[in-house]
Amino acid sequence: MTAPPPTTRKEQIIAGVRDSFSAGLGIFPLGIALGLLVIQAGLSWWLAPALSLAAFAGSLELLLVGMMASVTPLAAVALTVLVVNFRHVFYAFSFPLHLVRNRLAKAYAVYAMIDEAYAVNASLPAAERSAPRLLAMQLACQTYWVGGGLVGVAVGAALPAPIKGLEFALCALFTVLTLDAFRSRREIPSVLLAGASVAVALVLTPGVAMFTALLLFVALLLVRHALTARRSAPEAADA
Amino acid sequence: MPSTAYLAAVLAIVFAITLALRAVPFAVLRTLRGSAIVRQLSVWMPVGILAILAVTALHGTIAAEPRATLYALLAVAVTAGVHLAFGRRTILSVGIGTAAYVVLVNAF
Repeated sequence: MTAPPPTTRKEQIIAGVRDSFSAGLGIFPLGIALGLLVIQAGLSWWLAPALSLAAFAGSLELLLVGMMASVTPLAAVALTVLVVNFRHVFYAFSFPLHLVRNRLAKAYAVYAMIDEAYAVNASLPAAERSAPRLLAMQLACQTYWVGGGLVGVAVGAALPAPIKGLEFALCALFTVLTLDAFRSRREIPSVLLAGASVAVALVLTPGVAMFTALLLFVALLLVRHALTARRSAPEAADA
Repeated sequence: MPSTAYLAAVLAIVFAITLALRAVPFAVLRTLRGSAIVRQLSVWMPVGILAILAVTALHGTIAAEPRATLYALLAVAVTAGVHLAFGRRTILSVGIGTAAYVVLVNAF
């Protein structure tokens, strides 16, 4: 990757589309999985693209298909969306929104700030980032997602019977993303606290395990922060 | 099939909350940036959240098909193994892991 940084607008857009390929490898098949799930859950095909436009948040959409099929109460849906997507709150710290000047483009960049877009952009050197490159990558990602969903509903409608076990794709994706987020031994305390949270949640509230686990996890992290702050406070006073 | 009104309500809720979660932090960034707690949480949270999602998704799979518990655990091992052994290619790992589960569940 020693190519000179893209300079013209066209080169930046091409670079952005190229950035999107690695994310697209994950997004497109997941889009297909979403489309298949929509059909297998007995929902109308248009829900796949509608979900991808309304939410544009891969893992959440896969969860929502099951919730919609069983007509989960709206309050529970809202709570799930809030909890599952809450991590996006933390992306704002390092997402280069300041590069985007146009107001409409800015709004789109925020709306389309999915995990993959955040991650791909975060891996670029700051000097190579630009608004056209960022937006081209985000638009490409959404195209893969919506396109994959449409392919999925087409394939799902053509299948004679639902394929059992396909919902495992969600489990596999989260397993893979966890491995990718686990970069160093410094992540071990977080993983242990998360493990404890989810174990307690599964025992106490199996029906809403994810919500309980995330709440417990945040509570434990706040305790951890308080303990760390207390431990480092004397050092800070010395300095 | 749920009613169209219900589906539209779900879509509206999902759109509003997702967009708010992505947009509001930019608006209050100046206040948030100074907070040591928030900065610390943003470093600690991602891996734990993903681990929780992985475990609850696995639990959901097992709850839907309790007799396939062993197959689900095997498929998780296959997914992780492929991911670590073949250069962390998400599509490959998710594809092979899912295929392993589908084959195991339908064949036995």
